[in-house]
Amino acid sequence: MTFDRKIGDTILAVDQISLSFGGVKALSNISFSVNEHEVFAIIGPNGAGKSSMLNCINGFYHPQEGTITFKGNTRRQVRPSEAAREGIARTFQNIALFRGMSTLDNIMTGRNTKMNKGIFWQALRIGPAEKEEMENRAVVEKVISFLEIEAIRKTAVGTLPYGLQKRVELGRALAAEPDLLLLDEPMAGMNIEEKQDMCRFILDVNDEFGTTIVLIEHDMGVVMDISDRVVVLDYGKKLAEGTPDQVRANQAVIDAYLGVAHDDDV
Amino acid sequence: MFYREAGQFKTSYKADQAIFSITQDRFIIGLFLIIAFCVVPFFINDYWANAILIQFLVYAMAALGLNILTGYCGQVSLGTGGFMAVGAYASYKLMTSFPELNFVVIILMSGGITAAVGVFFGLPSLRIKGFYLAVATLAAQFFLVWLFNKVGWFFNYSPTGMIVSPPREIFGYLVTSAEAHPAARYLFCLTFVTIFALVAKNIVRGRVGRSWMAIRDMDIAAELIGIRPLEAKLTAFAVSSFYVGVAGALYFNVWLGSAEPTEAFDIFQSFFVLFIVIIGGLGSILGSFLGAAFMVLVPITLKTIMVDGFGFAVGAEKHAEVMLLGSLIIFFLIVEPHGLARLWQILKEKLRRWPFPY
Amino acid sequence: MLFLLETVISGLMAGVMYSLVALGFVLIFKASGIFNFAQGVFALFAGLALYDFIATDGWFYDVFGFVLPVWLGIIATMGVMVIVAWLVEFLVLRHLVNQEPIILFMSTIGLAYFMEGLGDTLFGSDVKPLNIGLPSGAHDFLLDNYNFYVEKLEIVAAGVATVLVIVLGIFFQKTRIGRALRAVADDHQAALSVGISLRTIWVIVWSVSGFVALVAGIMWGSKSGIQFSLSLIALKALPVLILGGFTSVPGAIVGGLIIGVGEKVAEVYAGPYVGGAIENWFAYVLALAFLLVRPQGLFGEKIIERV
Repeated sequence: MTFDRKIGDTILAVDQISLSFGGVKALSNISFSVNEHEVFAIIGPNGAGKSSMLNCINGFYHPQEGTITFKGNTRRQVRPSEAAREGIARTFQNIALFRGMSTLDNIMTGRNTKMNKGIFWQALRIGPAEKEEMENRAVVEKVISFLEIEAIRKTAVGTLPYGLQKRVELGRALAAEPDLLLLDEPMAGMNIEEKQDMCRFILDVNDEFGTTIVLIEHDMGVVMDISDRVVVLDYGKKLAEGTPDQVRANQAVIDAYLGVAHDDDV
Repeated sequence: MFYREAGQFKTSYKADQAIFSITQDRFIIGLFLIIAFCVVPFFINDYWANAILIQFLVYAMAALGLNILTGYCGQVSLGTGGFMAVGAYASYKLMTSFPELNFVVIILMSGGITAAVGVFFGLPSLRIKGFYLAVATLAAQFFLVWLFNKVGWFFNYSPTGMIVSPPREIFGYLVTSAEAHPAARYLFCLTFVTIFALVAKNIVRGRVGRSWMAIRDMDIAAELIGIRPLEAKLTAFAVSSFYVGVAGALYFNVWLGSAEPTEAFDIFQSFFVLFIVIIGGLGSILGSFLGAAFMVLVPITLKTIMVDGFGFAVGAEKHAEVMLLGSLIIFFLIVEPHGLARLWQILKEKLRRWPFPY
Repeated sequence: MLFLLETVISGLMAGVMYSLVALGFVLIFKASGIFNFAQGVFALFAGLALYDFIATDGWFYDVFGFVLPVWLGIIATMGVMVIVAWLVEFLVLRHLVNQEPIILFMSTIGLAYFMEGLGDTLFGSDVKPLNIGLPSGAHDFLLDNYNFYVEKLEIVAAGVATVLVIVLGIFFQKTRIGRALRAVADDHQAALSVGISLRTIWVIVWSVSGFVALVAGIMWGSKSGIQFSLSLIALKALPVLILGGFTSVPGAIVGGLIIGVGEKVAEVYAGPYVGGAIENWFAYVLALAFLLVRPQGLFGEKIIERV
């Protein structure tokens, strides 16, 4: 079941976003756009504001200026649960799994936005609630076999090794069948094999389901390999946007990574 | 339940996710229920009913409620006593205002009223978290007790300030007031508790229960994946308060017979139920029962040993009880924070492998 | 007008008493990150122990045949509290390193129950009047000249509380141990990794807190006798800490004063309309209202959540 990967029109447009925390300006006038079905990377040195950018898209942070347009819907701020219902899912830099629950339950929570049988049906558990539960279980099982984590289905996630936890988290995001998948350093802390696995999964997701992917990643090899387009941030400002090759050749980007001092720095 | 018996394979998701998917568990529970419903009523007497069984059932119900709120949804509540009072007084007002109304309906309505009150006092949970929320629930606890003490309408302006449970029948059997047969009272409570335990189990293993646990474990992440915190938390408060309210109504009508708010529903009641939930195991339906059994049996056992057996003064026994309870709480929190329910799970695992250690 | 002033002053004095107990909470919370529910019981226990050392109907007298003078009794009680602190660390805290706050809190509830039962068993549960030479009765000067009723004891309590706050403030900010305490409060594991001995710190903190409990026990005990209700002070301290923030020493004072005044004024002016006894819940409702507006209290640190 392969999706014919044709990059579509803009699905996400970030326009002049500025975000401050008290006196600290995390993002200054960031604008870029992401096309449907493409793999888009946000890179930059530490503290550049990359996670903050994802958090703005997600609704967790509320920027002071600028707008975000997703699937034609323009807004500046949005409640995180509403962003999830719009079709945005994400993973987190420091894993945000529900430690008290099993892998299966964690991924089932990803289906939450698709399930709506009320509490009275839940109490009785026969009929509509049971049917809904089984339907969604089937979907989740597909995700589980896709990510090859059948063996740890019932294990409490708090006891899993780091690499597997990251995979479960990806599973939870995938279970929501998102249009836009935000991945915050999905390969942080992994060894070569785990990275290769994760790369494969990300590309498969993009290939098979056509999900648009925005990822933050530090491993340049990975970024250049799998991304269609890249945006580079530094100190909350945008340095460059374009294909990996274009960005690699950009002088400002090179300076930033090599640590050449900026004139307007204190 | 995270373990599976070898040789029992499930061929459908439905079978896999059933409450008692292991044959042995089904057998044990079935046996238990048969004994509880069919055997005990023939042997029960006043002492057993009053001192142990009905108390156990009522507290198990309250513990189910608190477990839903604190164990599954992670919202700490020290207001259990106050909410039990709401259930009790609601039932009293309903019974005295509508004498013809069926008793079961009264109990259910009392639960509903308590649920509404619970939602109201649960609103702060949207802004306040964790430990601070506990303080907010204390406001509910102290305010409610004061309310039922001061405002005459609640106790029908009786000069003593107490409320007394009027006699009520189910299927022709008296279930409240002193003349009721202990078996009738026992079965009445047992039916309620069994049904509602099943309901609780269904809720917590479904979508709603998962969203509660998500809020408990990491509420920010929960919101970010689409769970609406408002909905989830207030639902938890509502369901939990319903259970606690029903427990309060049963406590007053079927067990106590008469009540006064400062004694029956004070802060120590809240602590008592909290201890049940901790010792039994936070986030476990079974734990609510184990904890209730434990907390009801400990004082009785202690009293029998110390006062009847060794001749200690009653006061000394009370002090010893308090000390024992305190040390047990600490002990459980250190050794097994997930309480008796987890210990039971571990025991089962060990039994299956016996005599091999691994 | 004078009546309002008297009510306010009376409230302030009650507030100082609350602050004294709240201080003990703040100390432990600052250094161990635990809300020690047993703090009130510690005050009770300290009061009971002191009484036993200096009164002729305690078992110290039965065993040794003499009583200690007040100053020696206080030192002896301090010794008892240090032993208690050490035992608490050894039996309870050591095993709960890095558990969630709610688990720690519940363990202190268990501790409170245990200590209370112990106190009752050791010292008996009747009310004991504490006479250690603190002045009592109304302040004559003010009463005679201005018809203004203020209790001398409360003035002394206010003075003691002020001194305590200043001393503790200096202790935390300026000394090496104070810095270590703050480190431990922030992150147990990190503190361990830079070589701070958690155990020593905890014993120190719980001892200091025991000292504060003793002072509180003395003040309350002189006022109304050593009795069981002292242990319930813990519950009252919660709203005080909400207002003042859990980690701020001056906050505990300010919070206590606000609660004290608020309660008294509400009771006196609004109480008669609703049947009285508003004091039972007013403090909590006040704290609740406060939390809704400012979840971290007046002086507390703002909670920033990161993902």
